[in-house]
Amino acid sequence: MKKILVPIKMVLDANVRPRVKADGSGVDLSGMKLSINPFCEIAIEEAVRLKEKGLAEEVVAISIGPAKAQDILRQAMAMGADRARLIETDRPIEPLTAAKLIRIVVEEENPDLVILGKQAVDDDCNQTGQMLAALLDWPQATFASAVAVDAGTLHVTREVDGGHQTLALPLPAVVTTDLRLNEPRHCSLPNIMKARKKVLDITPVANCGLDMAARLNVLGVKPPEPRKAGRRVANVSELVRDLRAAGVI
Amino acid sequence: MTILLLADHDGHTLGDATARAVSAARDMGGAIHVLVAGENVGPIAQVAANVSGVDKVLVADDPALAHLLAEPVADLLVGLSADYVAVIAPATSIGKDILPRVAARRDVMQVSDITRVIAADTFERPVYAGNAIETVQSTDVLKVVTIRSSAFDAAPQGSVAAPVESVSLPARAWKARFVSEELTKSERPELTSAQIVVSGGRGLGSAQAFQTVLAPLAECWHAAIGASRAAVDASYAPNDLQVGQTGKIVAPELYVAIGISGAIQHLAGMKDSKVIVAINKDPDAPIFQVADFGLVGDLFTLVPELVRALG
Ligand SMILES: Cc1cc2nc3c(=O)[nH]c(=O)nc-3n(C[C@H](O)[C@H](O)[C@H](O)COP(=O)(O)OP(=O)(O)OC[C@H]3O[C@@H](n4cnc5c(N)ncnc54)[C@H](O)[C@@H]3O)c2cc1C
Ligand SMILES: Nc1ncnc2c1ncn2[C@@H]1O[C@H](COP(=O)(O)O)[C@@H](O)[C@H]1O
Repeated sequence: MKKILVPIKMVLDANVRPRVKADGSGVDLSGMKLSINPFCEIAIEEAVRLKEKGLAEEVVAISIGPAKAQDILRQAMAMGADRARLIETDRPIEPLTAAKLIRIVVEEENPDLVILGKQAVDDDCNQTGQMLAALLDWPQATFASAVAVDAGTLHVTREVDGGHQTLALPLPAVVTTDLRLNEPRHCSLPNIMKARKKVLDITPVANCGLDMAARLNVLGVKPPEPRKAGRRVANVSELVRDLRAAGVI
Repeated sequence: MTILLLADHDGHTLGDATARAVSAARDMGGAIHVLVAGENVGPIAQVAANVSGVDKVLVADDPALAHLLAEPVADLLVGLSADYVAVIAPATSIGKDILPRVAARRDVMQVSDITRVIAADTFERPVYAGNAIETVQSTDVLKVVTIRSSAFDAAPQGSVAAPVESVSLPARAWKARFVSEELTKSERPELTSAQIVVSGGRGLGSAQAFQTVLAPLAECWHAAIGASRAAVDASYAPNDLQVGQTGKIVAPELYVAIGISGAIQHLAGMKDSKVIVAINKDPDAPIFQVADFGLVGDLFTLVPELVRALG
């Protein structure tokens, strides 16, 4: 195939414990470490591996987000993406809008395959890939744990509730990644240096001519109900006694 | 004011997730129609018709629907959706795969993985792996919603069966093709509906320990077995047992975390359990912060001792 497009999102780093703002307007991101969404990192890795196997010619990373999202695009290029595009906006983007913006880029770039993360670990929506596939009328294989290409057909093994399922898809197609698809590489210093010279094209979102109005009103954000403090039990017999007293066994 | 609910099934039995989604639909208000799509799914439709609160069952029986692939099922739902105020499904691997496709085709935003219904258009849903709860109101004409099963009780079996009606799938050439499927067979109760879940982590150290240490405890309680991501990645347990942000979400009466540290992504999948027990040799493991009962020590001694105490 000629080209793989990989949409990646910048999110609060998965190792940082999110804190809800006191005014209930959202999660506090100021001064926090922002990183590539872990599932998107897996998507980049998979695209780069397909290229390294000679199965794809070019990997293009794209992100919709603030100027700072250039950092994750540079990381994607250090991992092996050939070039990157940023659709710049400071506003939070809903999956439906993200899918529509990615569709515009698909129409310009004509990729054979789009690989997305299955879910962004901030909104936990798990929608964008499926929505993009629907808008393009392309086939989809979500939650991929293995991807193989054979004579222009994609074979994707998916993680489903009862185990695994394998689908065959003609290209072009949309794939979303699950955690076990691969283990992303660490970027070497020479590759980080090389990535600085690769092309990163920035388009203001206003140029896309899309209605960006949110469809969901966020009325409030609160921390989860805290669990009441538990306690240590000294030994197994105390545990059994307490579980019986709690009526759960 | 009618809601269309896509039933979750494996071709033989109606998933418990469907009866739980019926409860969420009842909270939204209005009549409830359940769509059972698949091949030879007449018997499943009969079971759905008996779930209390269901007003009608639509059956779409077609070989093209055999594996509930996203393209044909989304076409079917988009076609039917004009008559409904909401299209909903349990947030299972089937619902998560299909519903966003329906939402995009109808140009509406989906509300994913709701844990509470506040009004027919307003819902609570966890974000950031359950570290924040968002209240969202949909402004779209059609509501497309997936339901987190662990947050709703299953609607009981009713005494009268709802009418069952056939609907047909307009033929079209869909692109993705089913090749094969490997489903884990297990005698144990299903993870997401079990009363008791016994979960193992990296601390178990081997697939064998899942069999020799964890399984006997699960046996005692007729419990389901779960696993952390680290345990699944190390092949100690199959992927469909993973509990967490990206695995299954469970809320049993009793959750026992054995050799699991309690990373936020794991807690996301089990912290709404009624009673949590942690067995871990590290007294500072974060799992103890959510555990009602914490037992510090070596699991290879404590778990067999527990089995003996119960036996
Ligand atoms: C995007 C993303 C999504 C993720 N999704 C999930 C998910 O869905 N589910 C999930 O579980 N994880 C998920 N993770 C991974 C998560 O961050 C942790 O890495 C994982 O949960 C760790 O598993 P663990 O607790 O088994 O292993 P560890 O963290 O290694 O903990 C092992 C524990 O076993 C204890 N132990 C060792 N030996 C013994 C012994 N003999 N007796 C008693 N105790 C012992 C140790 O003290 C330790 O606490 C995700 C991560 C990311 C980035
Ligand atoms: N703002 C964005 N920019 C680029 N890709 C995105 C964006 N939002 C979502 N995606 C892609 O869609 C996937 C799923 O996101 P979500 O549907 O929000 O859970 C992510 O892993 C990304 O691959």
